[in-house]
Amino acid sequence: MKEKVVSFTIDGKKYQAPEGQSLIKAAEGNGISIPSLCYYEHIDPPLGTCRVCMVKSDGRSFAACTLKVREGMSVEFNTPELNDARKAMVEMLFAEGNHFCPACEKSGDCDLQGLGYRLGVTISRFPHLFLDRVIDYRPKRIVVDHNRCILCRRCVEEVKAEGQYPVFSFLNRGSGTVVQIDYEQEAKLSDNEAMRAMHLCPVGAILVRGKSRPRPRGERKYDLQDAGGDVEQAPIKHSVSVGKNKKVIATTSLAGCFGCHMSLLDIDEELVEIIELVEFNKSPLTDIKTFSKRCDVGIIEGGCCNDENVEVLRAFRANCDVLVAIGECAIWGGLPAMRNVVSLEECLNEAYGHATSDVEEGKVIPHHEDLPELLDRIYGCNEVVEIDYYIPGCPPDASHLWKVLKNIILGTGYSVIKSEFKYD
Amino acid sequence: MEKIIDHSPLLNLLWARQDAKGFISDQDIHDIAEHMDLSFIEVEGVCTFYHFFHRRPAGKFIVYLNNSILSDFSGYAAVRKALETATGAPWNGVDRKGLFGLFDTSCIGLSDQEPAALINFRPFVKLTPEKVQQLVNALRNGVPVDQLADHIENPVRYVPPDGKAVVFREMVPGRALQKLTQMTPEEVIAEVKSSNLRGMGGAFFPVGEKWELCRKQPKTPRYVVCNADEGEPGTFKDRVLMTKLPELLIEGMILGGYAIGANQGIIYLRAEYRYLLPRLEGALDRYRQMGWLGKDIPARKHFDFDIRIQLGAGAYVCGEETALLDSLMGKRGEPWPKVYFPVERGYLGLPTIVNNVESFATAARVIELGAEAFRRLGTPGSPGTRLLSVAGDCSYPGVYEIEWGMSVGELLDLTGAQDPLYLQISGPSGIGISAADRHRRFSFEDLRCGGSVMIFNHKRDLLKILVNFTEFFKEESCGVCTPCRAGNFILSRKLELLSRGLGRGADLEEIRQWGNLMTTASRCGLGKGASNALINAMDKFPVYFQKLVHSKGREKGFDLDSALGDYREAVGIK
Ligand SMILES: Cc1cc2nc3c(=O)[nH]c(=O)nc-3n(C[C@H](O)[C@H](O)[C@H](O)COP(=O)(O)O)c2cc1C
Ligand code: SF4
Ligand code: SF4
Ligand code: SF4
Ligand code: FES
Repeated sequence: MKEKVVSFTIDGKKYQAPEGQSLIKAAEGNGISIPSLCYYEHIDPPLGTCRVCMVKSDGRSFAACTLKVREGMSVEFNTPELNDARKAMVEMLFAEGNHFCPACEKSGDCDLQGLGYRLGVTISRFPHLFLDRVIDYRPKRIVVDHNRCILCRRCVEEVKAEGQYPVFSFLNRGSGTVVQIDYEQEAKLSDNEAMRAMHLCPVGAILVRGKSRPRPRGERKYDLQDAGGDVEQAPIKHSVSVGKNKKVIATTSLAGCFGCHMSLLDIDEELVEIIELVEFNKSPLTDIKTFSKRCDVGIIEGGCCNDENVEVLRAFRANCDVLVAIGECAIWGGLPAMRNVVSLEECLNEAYGHATSDVEEGKVIPHHEDLPELLDRIYGCNEVVEIDYYIPGCPPDASHLWKVLKNIILGTGYSVIKSEFKYD
Repeated sequence: MEKIIDHSPLLNLLWARQDAKGFISDQDIHDIAEHMDLSFIEVEGVCTFYHFFHRRPAGKFIVYLNNSILSDFSGYAAVRKALETATGAPWNGVDRKGLFGLFDTSCIGLSDQEPAALINFRPFVKLTPEKVQQLVNALRNGVPVDQLADHIENPVRYVPPDGKAVVFREMVPGRALQKLTQMTPEEVIAEVKSSNLRGMGGAFFPVGEKWELCRKQPKTPRYVVCNADEGEPGTFKDRVLMTKLPELLIEGMILGGYAIGANQGIIYLRAEYRYLLPRLEGALDRYRQMGWLGKDIPARKHFDFDIRIQLGAGAYVCGEETALLDSLMGKRGEPWPKVYFPVERGYLGLPTIVNNVESFATAARVIELGAEAFRRLGTPGSPGTRLLSVAGDCSYPGVYEIEWGMSVGELLDLTGAQDPLYLQISGPSGIGISAADRHRRFSFEDLRCGGSVMIFNHKRDLLKILVNFTEFFKEESCGVCTPCRAGNFILSRKLELLSRGLGRGADLEEIRQWGNLMTTASRCGLGKGASNALINAMDKFPVYFQKLVHSKGREKGFDLDSALGDYREAVGIK
């Protein structure tokens, strides 16, 4: 049967595609890439779960993967509202799961991450939920890490054991929905079928024991500079007033590892250029302990894990015109936030109780008036004060850091290339 | 093309195990999976979707207390506490002897008699701590639940005067059906179309048009499905209708079946209304005896049509028609990505009409009274009448059959509302209006009411109402799409911030933006409508919301003392 070709428009431009083709596919055939995550070409009807492919037609919004092209159809795709909606879905998935990219086997090859890079997600606008999710080691070959599952449903539809028995299913409902693996059916999968399951998972939720080592940097799918060109960047709003005086910068490391500060120093010869433009005030780099004057820019590494962090952060907000959160820890908690899914009491018992069994009288949790007191969880900096910029990475790329700083100081534009924009 | 998966018996198989011992064990799931040739996980996936199926022992007496906002304002907290004290069971758990299990459930369609609960699916209304104590004692002493259950009143408080009632008027069984002997299916469709009757389940799609679309499908057999899921909190008109006039619903379904050329009708009845089963089954039997249901219906030659009832198992989203169809097929009730419509591919992939209880009942009246008489009532966009479930702060809660076009003020006066401030129209998914909007009219053109009016007076806390709604959606989302599954959770966190007094002006703006995102990106009406009430209330009561937030320069609302609480407790600092 010959396919009927129809004409349709995207953002007013005319295109052609076979009638009834999914809009994602039809757009792709015409050189337009609509972001997608759950879409898996041969699953029909399409999954339509992630909602990162939103477009509009006749004033109504649709998931492009579930929309079939018709003659005369007119589609809106590249509008500020829709660009923001698609980006928001990606941010929502980051906030919903527990995505510690630096510790993830799939990092660099992960579609969620890749989309975050493409859409320029520096921070999730939504509060992280930090739910306690399991890592299921019970299956024979596969490990399911629920922290990373985005409930795309691909595995539910696609992974079948001999006799066409599904191996995965959704369990529960609402905010409690999870994907669960069937241990009996999983055991029947061949090695190849297990590998296929791992590869069809867009994120790092399905791993095969012994086969999931991360690939080296530079060789991963989203390391390539040409994978979609530059990262989309929101325009910079707060550049500090350009004057003759040197700009004053303060820096601090809160609940961080100083890795971000190392990255700051990592720009080699450009450091000399920068030194001409700025002077440092309160900073571990200068060892100045208190603010001695008003600062133009405050650079924050690390989130807040104790009361002292909160105090320092509030002082930075009070003394600096522009605050820049650098690195995943400052942005949303980062690796230290791994503790956020369990109670502080449990953490302390693990660290000072059960672990130190040689202490006769049980647990001794350190506390002293000179010691900072711990918060119930790690807080990203923007949960405590307003933050003006976020530079992702663990640690952030040195040239990304300086591009943003120079922009703030000199008011010049900047663009970030893929290799400089990372969450790990 | 997609493969149609039919696991239709699954829900009933799960019910049988649930009923037999109060929960569904791994072994049960195994047995059912084996019996139906499914994998364990498929059966468990279905089982855990519905909140009336338990995976752990849930007690000999399973108590579900409604946690809707109307229940809350009528004494939910005290009743809950009394239940815990009297039974010794923790909330969401079972007492040591395994006698009582105590659980929350979303609105059970008894909003006119709150606080209400189900015990082993028998209704108990207007609960008080004293009544709870007596009930628990009686149950302990072996009095059967059936004997203790309340006799439910079904008040119809108002019908339009001068014989203008459409639904609640004299019922002569068979009168509407008699017309079939002289009408072709096309004529039935034409009559319903010309009446301009719109669906009463909330989406307002013209009933005749839907039937016609279905009839035009080449595929057969076709199916008639009645949506008796009535899950929207505050709505109970279908309960009253099915109790008082089950005949009318049955006649409407027979008409629908005749019109589209179907042989099978299914009533999808929410499990909360399980106590209506005997009544409905009895009515169906009478119609079989009368020769209006069954094979080669004597009253209308060459027409086979019968109706069966499928019980749901606790999931609001199954009121969404495509989720309902999946549930009928023994699956998780997840709304479909709208690639096909039920009239093209519905139950078992075959052409299906899904209509609300009141839609069928009204369609029967349209045929009985004639489209012309029907059109003379109501407004041009919404002819006829509408059943409203009215509850909350008023003297006369119950069902009101109003002529479309009645004003909010007229209704409020009829209900004896005391000092009303805020009305929630069509449940949490609907919109809120100020009680001062007395001039607004219930009609397709203005206030498209889905069947519920909740009245709140000046003493009620608006934020508490909205938090309750958001919790409801968070619980009842099917979980399949990001903006609804995660979005409702995220909104609930945000509202918590407001409730704790830590909100800022920017938070209000974010709530609005995030709510709009959920509307844009959600897959079905649940997620699309989940933030309606919230955004609407912010529009209507800006002063109230401004008072909830503070501004503290560029610092956020972060409560250091509360964040240090856990540590101080762990190390013993006061
Ligand atoms: C989340 C959700 C819940 C719904 N619940 C119900 C319900 O309980 N009863 C109902 O009749 N329609 C409900 N609907 C509307 C149905 O999807 C459908 O439009 C209706 O059954 C069609 O019947 P009608 O045209 O006769 O109104 C719901 C829709 C959504 C999105
Ligand atoms: S790499 Fe992907 S799956 Fe892994 S933590 Fe990051 S976002 Fe999550
Ligand atoms: S495990 Fe992977 S494939 Fe399966 S639903 Fe989760 S993210 Fe999708
Ligand atoms: S909007 Fe909510 S209920 Fe509807 S499909 Fe999405 S998750 Fe399910
Ligand atoms: S790609 Fe369209 S909804 Fe996921």
